[in-house]
Amino acid sequence: MAARYDRAITVFSPDGHLFQVEYAQEAVKKGSTAVGIRGKDIVVLGVEKKSVAKLQEERTVRKICALDDHVCMAFAGLTADARIVINRARVECQSHRLTVEDPVTVEYITRHIATLKQRYTQSNGRRPFGISALIVGFDCDGTPRLYQTDPSGTYHAWKANAIGRSAKTVREFLEKNYTEESIATDNESIKLAIKALLEVVQSGGKNIELAVIRRNQSLKLLESKEIETLVTEIEKEKEEEAEKKKQKKST
Amino acid sequence: MALASVLQSESVDFSNYGRQRHGFASGLYEAELGLESVGGDRLSFALSTSCSNEDGPDRKIEFLHGTTTLAFKFQHGVIVAVDSRATAGSYIASQTVKKVIEINPYLLGTMAGGAADCSFWERLLARQCRVYELRNKERISVAAASKLLANMVYQYKGMGLSMGTMVCGWDKTGPGLYYVDSEGNRVCGDLFAVGSGSMYAYGIVDSGLKQKDLTVEEACDLGRRAIYQATYRDAYSGGQVNLYHVHSEGWTRVSQSDVLMLHQQYQAEKA
Repeated sequence: MAARYDRAITVFSPDGHLFQVEYAQEAVKKGSTAVGIRGKDIVVLGVEKKSVAKLQEERTVRKICALDDHVCMAFAGLTADARIVINRARVECQSHRLTVEDPVTVEYITRHIATLKQRYTQSNGRRPFGISALIVGFDCDGTPRLYQTDPSGTYHAWKANAIGRSAKTVREFLEKNYTEESIATDNESIKLAIKALLEVVQSGGKNIELAVIRRNQSLKLLESKEIETLVTEIEKEKEEEAEKKKQKKST
Repeated sequence: MALASVLQSESVDFSNYGRQRHGFASGLYEAELGLESVGGDRLSFALSTSCSNEDGPDRKIEFLHGTTTLAFKFQHGVIVAVDSRATAGSYIASQTVKKVIEINPYLLGTMAGGAADCSFWERLLARQCRVYELRNKERISVAAASKLLANMVYQYKGMGLSMGTMVCGWDKTGPGLYYVDSEGNRVCGDLFAVGSGSMYAYGIVDSGLKQKDLTVEEACDLGRRAIYQATYRDAYSGGQVNLYHVHSEGWTRVSQSDVLMLHQQYQAEKA
């Protein structure tokens, strides 16, 4: 059945699916994991760094990109598609500043990206973008925001979310561990993001890339040293927790 | 035209002075006249339309350059005051023209230049503002609204639009006042007066605004008096003074006073 209805993007299947869009979502699931956390005074984006070939320069592949001073995004899926979407979003951020004399709100730029994606699900001769994006930032009034878009062009606001490979596992971890305490301070929020990624990333701190935006500050990429320190902290805490449990059991 | 020759010497000074300091005010008329240099044979902005019928490009449209509109910011918002006379040469076409356009409950636009141009583009602006509000779930800022208007008319630059408007409102950054015209000028400011009677109005407002903290009453009074003085001396302004006050809750129509009544009132006060 699917064979007949999955070639053209503009054709619905009898049971109401747009197969091309669903296949695009499959492509997203193959991309490396990205996680986003909305704290109180900070928003955190973490991505799994794919291992780089020996001769390849590490810094040319960046999965976290700034769209403007106060907004940035991470994606999962086809890198080339992401580049186009990011370009358009960056231009739109500046156009908005020009016509409205105000920086974009996170919701506005998310809506713009989602509308762009939707357009590509409804025109002839084009295929959908094969990326999901996590867009984070602060609005003018200081509220932190986190939005997720997917290839179909829908967008939702989240407190914390993950996309890409093993997104389900990470999301379940976040559902259990995202509490008022866990985002109480900036450091705690960052640690939560790292903990979430460590669930699915193989070899620890070296394969994690982390970026944060604090209120009224621009995007900061954490250095690998900082990430390493935080990872060791987390591992210490884990050991302490394990010891406490052992003590409880023995008593 | 006796009046023309009398005003010509003054008019020359006016246009020069206007060109240097108030690019926006005279810009309107440079477009109208289509000349860069001071034309001795061209009449100043004190006189308008019918002359251009005879010696200028064929323009049979009635333009409200003969007008006085005024807006200024103060502590409690923005005061907008306008006259209500429309002239076709030396004929007074109407004494009851509405020169303030209510774009939406918190934005006002004044009208100077072509009445059709002003009201059309400002109604279009109202539509854009409403769409913005629905899409973004918040009111549009005065800066953005004036930018939208300026961008809209800039596409028609050089095609004969004539519009000199002040966009006044209150947004989350406080009171906003922008002058926008069909030449593409868009200027933010604390005080603007547009039209043939603007110089007289400036005189009154400039001296009255010395004290920084005006009450609403005092500011309204100042605006009213400024328009009155302009109508007193400028032949092309008159009728009624329409006064609006823009504050944090939106705009309120404060008063509509006939100029002749005001004249009697002020004369009585002097005595």
